Amino acid sequence: MHELSLVAGLFEILEEKARDEKALRVTAVTLRVGRLSGVVPELLETAFDTFKKGTIASRAKLRIEVVPLKVRCRSCGEESLTDEPVFVCSSCASPGLEIMEGQELTLQRMEIEKDG
Amino acid sequence: MEKKEVLVLKDILGTNKKIAAGIREKLRTKGILSVNLMSSPGSGKTTLLESLAGRLQGRFRMAVIEGDIETELDAERIRAKGIPAWQITTGGACHLEAKMVGKVLAEVPADLDFLFIENVGNLVCPASYDLGESLRFVLLSSPEGDDKPKKYPEAFLSSHVLVLTKADLIPHLPFDPARARREALEINPCLEVFEVSALTGQGMDVLEAFLVSALEKLRSGHA
Repeated sequence: MHELSLVAGLFEILEEKARDEKALRVTAVTLRVGRLSGVVPELLETAFDTFKKGTIASRAKLRIEVVPLKVRCRSCGEESLTDEPVFVCSSCASPGLEIMEGQELTLQRMEIEKDG
Repeated sequence: MEKKEVLVLKDILGTNKKIAAGIREKLRTKGILSVNLMSSPGSGKTTLLESLAGRLQGRFRMAVIEGDIETELDAERIRAKGIPAWQITTGGACHLEAKMVGKVLAEVPADLDFLFIENVGNLVCPASYDLGESLRFVLLSSPEGDDKPKKYPEAFLSSHVLVLTKADLIPHLPFDPARARREALEINPCLEVFEVSALTGQGMDVLEAFLVSALEKLRSGHA
């Protein structure tokens, strides 16, 4: 349950970006959360809703894009996408798959309102 | 009022990663091998450190940073072995972060060989936080069960070393060390696996030799 500490980090980035953009408010925030990032999207939502109070994003909607696991076999080169963690190649049964996607935790984009 | 979509594309753990990279570089320059120990509570992290303290003492200088939610108990156990120890109490947080380690590092002497950082007992959250360590250990004790690697893959995926602890209890438990090893290696074939009992000393010589060789590699620039 380290979601609250992640959200604190998220808000540092969000508030800095909002200042740079001279935003009046942030209305939506989109995160990309890897299937194997160690984060539970529901807990992230709860943490976000707790943290946003009194900030420039107090009414912001959180959108979470869950990124499936994309792995590549180091032996045969087979690439596959999966929702479940797999660590053995489905084609040649070699272990030690290279993880190409699915571990990220990225503030992808946000929607803001500003004067103009 | 203008509405605008702004592309950000920033890693939420970016700040932690940056601080960790600074710590790693600083320790490496000083020739200090740092080890981050992760496991569930009660897997034997402190007991392993007590055993290592007894073995390394006299020949190597070590220090320990202890992470716990509350109390100085672990740091006191290490100090009782004559090893300098610093306690970080997170006050509820389930993991250590690089900035907490960075703060304590200011007090840690620079003339060290090994710096062990014992993370908060938790097999989930600590895996997401780089502390600037050279080596990450994950401990799995025999009473926990041999199915843990598949259940908590992130911890095993991000570690360099797997230490199967409490090996002396294996004859009394339905724990299959071969299964734990096999399934951990499926997740991360680069893992170095050790089977030890800190209590009886079983396997500790092999682990100690590994640490000494890792220190030599770090100092010769091959780590």
